[in-house]
Amino acid sequence: MTPLLETRGLTANYGDFRALFGVDITVQPGETVAIIGANGAGKTTLLRAIAGVLRSAPAQVLHHGAPIGALPADQVMQRGISMVPEGRRLFPSLSVEENLLIGGQTRRAKGPWSLATVYDLFPILRERRHSPGTALSGGQQQMVAIGRALMANPELMLCDEISLGLAPVVIRDIYAALPQIKAGGASLVIVEQDIAQALRVADRVYCLMEGRVTLTGRPADITRDAIHAAYFGAPA
Amino acid sequence: MIGVDTIVQGVLLGGLYALFAAGLSLVFGIMRLVNLAHGDLIVMGAYLILILVTLSGLNPFLAALVAAPLMFGLGWGLQRLVLNRTLGKDILPPLLVTFGLSIALQNALLEGFSADSRKISAGGLETASADLGIVTVGVMPLLTFASAIAVIVGLNALFYRTALGRAFRAVSDDPVTASLMGIRPAHVFAMATGVAMLVVTVAALYFGMRANFDPAIGPARLIYAFEAVIIGGLGSLWGTLAGGIIIGVAQTVGAAVNPEWQILAGHVAFLLVLLVRPRGLFPRAVD
Repeated sequence: MTPLLETRGLTANYGDFRALFGVDITVQPGETVAIIGANGAGKTTLLRAIAGVLRSAPAQVLHHGAPIGALPADQVMQRGISMVPEGRRLFPSLSVEENLLIGGQTRRAKGPWSLATVYDLFPILRERRHSPGTALSGGQQQMVAIGRALMANPELMLCDEISLGLAPVVIRDIYAALPQIKAGGASLVIVEQDIAQALRVADRVYCLMEGRVTLTGRPADITRDAIHAAYFGAPA
Repeated sequence: MIGVDTIVQGVLLGGLYALFAAGLSLVFGIMRLVNLAHGDLIVMGAYLILILVTLSGLNPFLAALVAAPLMFGLGWGLQRLVLNRTLGKDILPPLLVTFGLSIALQNALLEGFSADSRKISAGGLETASADLGIVTVGVMPLLTFASAIAVIVGLNALFYRTALGRAFRAVSDDPVTASLMGIRPAHVFAMATGVAMLVVTVAALYFGMRANFDPAIGPARLIYAFEAVIIGGLGSLWGTLAGGIIIGVAQTVGAAVNPEWQILAGHVAFLLVLLVRPRGLFPRAVD
């Protein structure tokens, strides 16, 4: 079966600095894949390269087998790959509702997600829908960012550090929404620093270190020692 | 004698300046691009309307309606083919390119239309007046002012009530994240300049009907537009109208005191506002 998404020998550079050295990952339809790794391992770079914010060679990123590595971000999004960016990146000039609407403005695929169902998923957003997006708490802003990505009814949603900087109780609320998002038909790639959280929700895990994949497997099959070695490059 | 009449004339004149400035304000607000050729584009629009009126005998208002889609297309293409390439972290390239465009436009118009000054004839409208009770005003200034209000109401509706306006604001906030929403900033910028050229067409219509124009007059119009935008606070359209009115009133009051002071009084008012409120009267929260 052709994977939903595949990277083959994906490389990425920031100027002269190379951040990814030949990363291979695959995402099957319906899967939740977690990318873990230390700060600077290349996790965010990997998502940005998949999303088209960073361009790569065409065949380094495949969507249902089609080369999309060189497409700009707006065209990648049109193909059904949406992103919850690091730091949420809500539009300050737009209200909560407008932030949500803009997520589905250019691509309205058939699917379960609409303004109404996003408000059902995160009821607090309905109350705050006329507030400026940036007037909300961090957790609520994260909900807007997730809802905004859902509005296009994506086939694949890339989530970058959705728990970063949030209180544990808020993280729990946000992760509690993931099963519904999966049930809606979206596959997920989750970048997460919180390893325990990542292992709980993922079907498969990749660990990155210094721009290379150092470990891959199912959460049940991975030992603490293996993660430690993959994370830091040395056995515990 | 400075009376109600002088003030009213100044306010109405402000409508014309707001029309000059609205397109400039729109483009700056969305893509932080200062278009130094804006005044020349207004003059070019006036020539386009003049050609249409001369060739087809159309009423100037209908001619402007015909010119509008052409101007939109021109703005779209200009942004797509030229100005988008100048946008980036450095603010100098767009200034240099639009400065060059300004010179090229002036010379092209000079080549095509000679240096003779021209005017779009509006028939009886030019001398018609309306009695407002306290004062009697010209129908033409009144129409200009009403058009400025209509343009600003229209632009605000576009900005705050349509999907395109939402895209304008999103791209203005954060182009990279907007592209993650499937929006192509280059396309949105081209639409914005197209819309700005629609406003330029309205400005050109009244500009061309109210006074003589020649190919070299653009930069002088640009100065008033700049002053109106800056007084109003960059990116605020109602602020731009307020800025236009302040300059207009200062000019008519100055002229009432001494006809030689008309232009100077407008510029002095601009400087005074900058002294008191360096960011303009209605600055945007984030800039």
